[in-house]
Amino acid sequence: MIEFRSVTKQFPDGTTAVDNVSLVFPSRKTTVLVGSSGSGKTTMLRMINRMVDPTSGSIEIDGERVSTLDPVKLRRSIGYVMQNSGLLPHRTVVDNIATVPVLRGIKKKEARQRSLRLMDTVGLERALAERYPGQLSGGQQQRVGVARGLAADPNILLMDEPFGAVDPIVRAELQTELVRLQRELDKTIVFVTHDIDEAFLIGDQIVIFRPGGIVAQIGSPADILANPVDAFVASFVGVDRGKRSLHLEGTPETPVVVDSEGRVAGVLAAGSNPLLIAEAVPQPGAGAPAQGAAT
Amino acid sequence: MNQLFATFAWLLDPAHYAGPDAIQVRVGEQVEYTLLTLLLASIIALPAGLAIGHTGRGRTLGVQIPAVLRALPTLGLVILLALMVGLGLLAPLIALVILAIPPILAGAYSGLESVDRETVDAARALGMTGWQVLWKVEIPLSLSLITGGLRSAALQAVATWTIAAILPLGGLGRYIFDALPVQDYPKMLAGSMLVIALALVTDALFALLQKVVTPPGVRAGRASLVRAKTTHSHARAALFRHASFIRNER
Repeated sequence: MIEFRSVTKQFPDGTTAVDNVSLVFPSRKTTVLVGSSGSGKTTMLRMINRMVDPTSGSIEIDGERVSTLDPVKLRRSIGYVMQNSGLLPHRTVVDNIATVPVLRGIKKKEARQRSLRLMDTVGLERALAERYPGQLSGGQQQRVGVARGLAADPNILLMDEPFGAVDPIVRAELQTELVRLQRELDKTIVFVTHDIDEAFLIGDQIVIFRPGGIVAQIGSPADILANPVDAFVASFVGVDRGKRSLHLEGTPETPVVVDSEGRVAGVLAAGSNPLLIAEAVPQPGAGAPAQGAAT
Repeated sequence: MNQLFATFAWLLDPAHYAGPDAIQVRVGEQVEYTLLTLLLASIIALPAGLAIGHTGRGRTLGVQIPAVLRALPTLGLVILLALMVGLGLLAPLIALVILAIPPILAGAYSGLESVDRETVDAARALGMTGWQVLWKVEIPLSLSLITGGLRSAALQAVATWTIAAILPLGGLGRYIFDALPVQDYPKMLAGSMLVIALALVTDALFALLQKVVTPPGVRAGRASLVRAKTTHSHARAALFRHASFIRNER
């Protein structure tokens, strides 16, 4: 469990990136920090592994204050996946993945063996092991980034807009695979994104930030869709635009789900009974899967 | 044309390949002086340049001091130092080290600065210490530019050591300074041509070295190759500016 207690971060130039945030990241769950750029979400993430130190307040991992831990040791114990993968361009894929285990003193040969197995886990062909990052596609690079983040088998995985720089098709693929991976691995994931749909797909807990590093709302995707606390959140998640108020059209035999602008959002999954939910439109919480089906 | 033929005749004369004034001896001396200069200048400029590039601190100082050093006329400096420390090797050595420091320093810090900030940030986030970031990431990725600085310094040193023959020292300048009073133009011209040839060979060797030290991933990567090229041309432009500055000053 990671706990933020009244954490504030002010940068030397006077901007407040994070403003008095208290927050709990439950263990083995995915918490998504979401907000527009400049809302302090990346700073939040970077304070967990001490890439940034807070101006005031405290951060604890399983009851231990991170400020008392050695930053280098702390970072080696936490997985980190960043936008544009951040791979070392002069090292091969397998050596990139093995970076942290080797830093922690594991023999190179053993670390490379483990790297190869991790390549299987994240869906990379072993044939790519000796390639350099510059020879891979953006999606492959991100997979290497995820494998590297998992290499030291950390309890915590920090992901900073990891899928921000790949095209929408590859992004959707990577997102579903992350959800699958998380079911297998059960890590405590902190995921930063500005894409609310990505947040709803991946997150167990969503934290919405307002500009200026202030938390607007914390809750499950269903909570937030059903009860947005204010107009800002409603607009951010798209409830106010009717994007998420879905209703059924067509005949009872062949129903389709349509959004408020008349755009077809998807179809009902096989076996679901339209009569049971037809009256319940808009069905909050059902928004996320239907949205996912439309993209 | 006669002078040119006479020059080639001089260069081919077997008599000029024997004794203490033999061509290979003089070339050897020039190379030896140059290597000594590069070694001393590197000992001073490489750590300083790497420190500036790694920490990002002291950059103003790192730019200004070499700018001042560049403004010193080397020939004048040699004579001044000779008056101060005597007629030995020390006076021209100091002057040439001063000449060689700026390009090595610039190559080192601009090399480190050319490394993608995101890559350095990622290395730190993985848990590398400052030294590990320097040795495992920053230096390997900027080795080509660091070598470029050495290349520029070597070129200037190998050419400029010629003037040290104004003192009773060896090197290829010997031919020029000895031939000047007796107006032996073929010998002067031969000395100049040897300096030019040696400079070209030096440059070619360093160009090869630069290729060898470029990490394979940076060469292989399409995207990163483009990036490396642009940063390269930046740094090379800087080095060229610096070189032409030296030429103008001379």
